Amino acid sequence: MTVTRERTAVSARPAPARRAPRSAAAFPMHVAMLAWAVVTALPLLWAVVSSFKTDNEILNEPWSLPASPQFDNWSRAWTEASIGRYFLNSVIVVGGALLLTMLLGSLVAYALARYEFRGNRLIYYTFVAAMFFPVFLALVPLFFVVQQLGLLGTYPGLILVYAAYAVPFTVFFLHAFFRTLPGEVAEAAFIDGCSHNGVFFRVMLPMARPGLVAVGIFNFLGLWNQYLLPLVLNPDPDRYVLAQGLAALSVSQGYRSDWSGLFAGLTIAMLPVLIAYVAFQRHIRAGMTAGAVK
Amino acid sequence: MRHGRWRFLAGALVPALVLHAVFVLSPYAQAFYLSLTDWTGVAGEAHFVGAGNYVRLGNDSLFLHAVRNNAVMLVVVPLVTIGIGLFLASMMHLGGRGGRRGIAGSGAYQIVYFFPQLLSLVVIAVLWGFVYNPNTGLLNGALRSLGLDGLTRSWLASPSLALIAVMAVLVWSSVGFYVVLFSAAIDSIPRELFEAALLDGAGGWATFRTVTFPLVRENVHVAFVYLGIAALDAFAVVQVMTVGPGGPDGATEVIGLSLYRNAFQYGKFGYASAMGVALFFATLTLAVLALRSGRKERLELA
Repeated sequence: MTVTRERTAVSARPAPARRAPRSAAAFPMHVAMLAWAVVTALPLLWAVVSSFKTDNEILNEPWSLPASPQFDNWSRAWTEASIGRYFLNSVIVVGGALLLTMLLGSLVAYALARYEFRGNRLIYYTFVAAMFFPVFLALVPLFFVVQQLGLLGTYPGLILVYAAYAVPFTVFFLHAFFRTLPGEVAEAAFIDGCSHNGVFFRVMLPMARPGLVAVGIFNFLGLWNQYLLPLVLNPDPDRYVLAQGLAALSVSQGYRSDWSGLFAGLTIAMLPVLIAYVAFQRHIRAGMTAGAVK
Repeated sequence: MRHGRWRFLAGALVPALVLHAVFVLSPYAQAFYLSLTDWTGVAGEAHFVGAGNYVRLGNDSLFLHAVRNNAVMLVVVPLVTIGIGLFLASMMHLGGRGGRRGIAGSGAYQIVYFFPQLLSLVVIAVLWGFVYNPNTGLLNGALRSLGLDGLTRSWLASPSLALIAVMAVLVWSSVGFYVVLFSAAIDSIPRELFEAALLDGAGGWATFRTVTFPLVRENVHVAFVYLGIAALDAFAVVQVMTVGPGGPDGATEVIGLSLYRNAFQYGKFGYASAMGVALFFATLTLAVLALRSGRKERLELA
């Protein structure tokens, strides 16, 4: 895992790549790579450009640039189409769920990795086994569990369910991480009279920061992009999360044919992810590929 | 000290275990039981029907469409994604000197390729719904401006093209991730191996076949499992992007969509649970097959 991360970081740095020779032999490779870059970027750029066009321009000239940029599309999407509210809902639910997941996940992983007691392995496998079950299998009973607890369509309900389904991978990932940390520092802290709580929060958790960042990024993206769980457990349109709101919008705006507003909504939904990616791209790619190798 | 230890362990484990038991373990357990009943959501009105739901699944033509479509995706999506991913990752390294240093600009390419991986599948599905739009979409617009009007189609409305269109979106969204993954794996291959191959006069293809591929095989393996699980899902893209959804005429129906519709639109909760159990066994089979062949590979390398 560490190897992958370092290597990704190295290849992401532009400096050594620029020193590579620009030989004629590399030309076909450049063509292939440029072609896929165009295939990847073109639909995204097209959506951004379209978000500044009028409906008329979108319908008649899909490839043209806007005659004059329609910033009004964006404000219409944000307020009238409720993208702003969906955005806020996503921030609340994902923020709460991420905090809860990281707290519970790191506590469980640490307790299982650093303490010997009867039933340790059993608890570990109870969590890890859940990663191999498709969420679809749980969907129907989960709906009724949440309903009976009176949590259907509420922030706490979504936060608890999101966290419950994100904890197993977090435990799996951090368990391996806590095992690799040296024990001497913790022992020294115990001898100095530090409590079990103190050792965890003040000594081990700071030492585990790289692992927490990696799994935190992974969880954030997974929770931010969650669609199936809110679709079933969050029926109230006022509390729609972003993915849910956008999907509903693409159906209703299609009927009202407010294409420009929908393109603007789509761009607003992509923007925070793009900004975060530009700022932290090396960490994000490293964290996510490390998650896959695990 | 011992007292503090138990108190800490209880505090660390119990909240997470309660959450896990209520929202994860108990729904999974209930699903197996519900799949043997005719429950429609009314409390106390579940009748035991044994394997009845499973027998009905075998005669449900829409469900069989879904199974067939998932099976096609299970084969096609990983193969195409891994093919393109390996091709691009090795191109990046072949272009550099000695067959392994990155080609000029490979860092920038990776940044662009990886981005779709971060987007929600809903965003991707809405975006590609626009791209495929027959009148105003990017794809037909491009064909028209190239003078290829004869190739324009209503991509999502044609039964023979809709599933291909869905698979293309899944491939588009995941190739970048695997380029980065494979590229990191190729980076970690000792450079002497590439130099030796070069001295032996091996060309690009021979180097790939004899050096690169055998040494990134474990990563390819991981990729197959991940993409296979994604292909067994495909719910978000199908539900948001296709006509119907799942259409035209069941051409893009997937198991997850059938389950969702039966449970939350028709209220056939027992029947939908049987679909969930079927999906679970499909996933389990995939995981077991993958683990077994993985073990065999490691033995070969040892």
